[in-house]
Amino acid sequence: MFGQHFLILPVVLPLMAAPLCIIFSHRLFAWLLATLVSGLSFVISINLLLAALEQGVLSYAVGGWEAPWGIEVRLDAASAMVLSVVTGISTLVLIYAKASIETEIDTNQHTLFYTAHLLCLTGLSGILSTGDAFNLFVFLEISSLATYTLVSLASDKRCLTAAFRYLVMGTIGATFILIGVGMMYMQTGTLNMMDLAGRIAEIGGSRTLNTGLAFILVGVSIKLALFPLHMWLPPAYTHAPSAVSAFLASTATKVAVYVMVRFIFTIYGAEYVFHTMGMDLILLLLAIVAIFKCSFMAMAQSNVKTVLAYSSVAQIGYMILGISLASAAGLMAGLLHVFNHALMKGALFMAVGAVLYRTGSVDIKAFRGLGIKMPFTMAAFVIAGMSIVGVPLTAGFVSKWYLVTAALEQQNWLVAFLILLGSLLAVIYIFRIIETAYLKKPIESAANKDIKEAPLIMLIPMWILALANIYFGLDTSLSVAAAESASHWLAFSTLSEGGVQ
Amino acid sequence: MNFIIDYYNYWVVVFLMMAGFYTVIAANNLVKKIVGLNIFQTSVFILYISMGKVTGGSAPIVADGITVYSNPLPHVLILTAIVVGVATTAVGLAIVVRIKHAYGTVEENEFKDKDDLI
Repeated sequence: MFGQHFLILPVVLPLMAAPLCIIFSHRLFAWLLATLVSGLSFVISINLLLAALEQGVLSYAVGGWEAPWGIEVRLDAASAMVLSVVTGISTLVLIYAKASIETEIDTNQHTLFYTAHLLCLTGLSGILSTGDAFNLFVFLEISSLATYTLVSLASDKRCLTAAFRYLVMGTIGATFILIGVGMMYMQTGTLNMMDLAGRIAEIGGSRTLNTGLAFILVGVSIKLALFPLHMWLPPAYTHAPSAVSAFLASTATKVAVYVMVRFIFTIYGAEYVFHTMGMDLILLLLAIVAIFKCSFMAMAQSNVKTVLAYSSVAQIGYMILGISLASAAGLMAGLLHVFNHALMKGALFMAVGAVLYRTGSVDIKAFRGLGIKMPFTMAAFVIAGMSIVGVPLTAGFVSKWYLVTAALEQQNWLVAFLILLGSLLAVIYIFRIIETAYLKKPIESAANKDIKEAPLIMLIPMWILALANIYFGLDTSLSVAAAESASHWLAFSTLSEGGVQ
Repeated sequence: MNFIIDYYNYWVVVFLMMAGFYTVIAANNLVKKIVGLNIFQTSVFILYISMGKVTGGSAPIVADGITVYSNPLPHVLILTAIVVGVATTAVGLAIVVRIKHAYGTVEENEFKDKDDLI
């Protein structure tokens, strides 16, 4: 009896726990509850992923109303994979947050942090599990509103202007999605995704549908920070508390990438979006510009969090590049990079947060000599940094490998070359930080003498992610199987193996 | 002329949408930016409400002798979107209040540090 309700639990559990954190307003209780609920969601998501890989699609009618009248909760391999990543990262970040937010958020606002975090998790899980286009918008706004709050919680006053900018951009993006969904409803009279897909294929394109697609793609591009709509991201990730940056960088934009995949492949159909509308070229160009422009921007920054934020935008470029190749292999590489990038960015932001916790600064100067003073933190940073670069034996290498293979499959030598060149740029901005940490002498002063290794509660989640980077670089069976099954499921009818050309 | 009269609602939507969007981009005052954002969202509400209208349809309440009803679903949907809009405005204004406390101003051109410009 209970079994079928498992599908909705990753959404309902955090939603129920969030108000409890405020009502009891006890810091330790809120932390325990949030971590427990998030961990429980993670265990459920892993089970759902295994079930989805076996059965294909899991479906649940909310409130007993059958689709297409009621809201359907629908999980396939793609959504279950991203759901496991989101809940997993959320659990690790919450463990890490206990120590991290002590120095970064006012003590009396800690319970608010856990509440907003849980609400954000609710929204993200909701986006991933819903099968209804309008419901997706509602969950998107739940997660976004919680995100604006999270960003504005930091004690540095610059987080406020960053949060305000994020709010304005994010709301415009969400409203664009709302307009697009409205246009789809106008033409088809349904909001259920599978129903929409069937009816759009029947109509085969009209001006209303094209306009709707344009609105949706622009709206989602703002949410996932695709160049040139990424201007909200660097300030928001720089000034947010470290735990928030770690969570958002590895989940929020990834979920937006998933939304884009869902709209392109499930609802409109790849053939229509890429072939008829010619979106593949536009996305490919934007992705390549994002990789290069933002990698160069990352090199020029002195604030390490800003470096990582720009690097995030560049890495999102790789995901979109995979999608824009318009082949099953490209989509798979994109989804794999969603998974791997969550692991590496989570670990990197956690390491920087640990440096901030001990030194009180995230400027590159504060990293001098930390290789000796904080050996475990910096070692985790190096491993995750290697993964960003795409060094063999790390997770980043696997996704870059599949990306290059997907590009070569279409004889697209230039794109394959640009992917490799982009990795070289990552070498520069990551090694600049590593070099400062290991080779530069620390500035000797009284304050610098006491710097010691970060507390264990921060190191453990950081190292779980760092080791996951190595594990998924060596044993690719789980991640690749999930991404492969997801891409086949999404693209099975709309794409041939070689892609549309 | 028919082109304007037949699509009267949609012209209003387009006008409000652009007016709101322009205010968000051009306004110097952060509160005015939020107002612009509100107008932008409101235009979408009208878009949804307009699309529910069926020509010759009555209000969607079952009554004798009426066979054609307007579609109530977009209206219900937009009720949810209005709630989302209200919540966004509340969060936005709360952030503006805190900006005023932290910086002493809500005018964009009065921020001293260039990095803080919105």
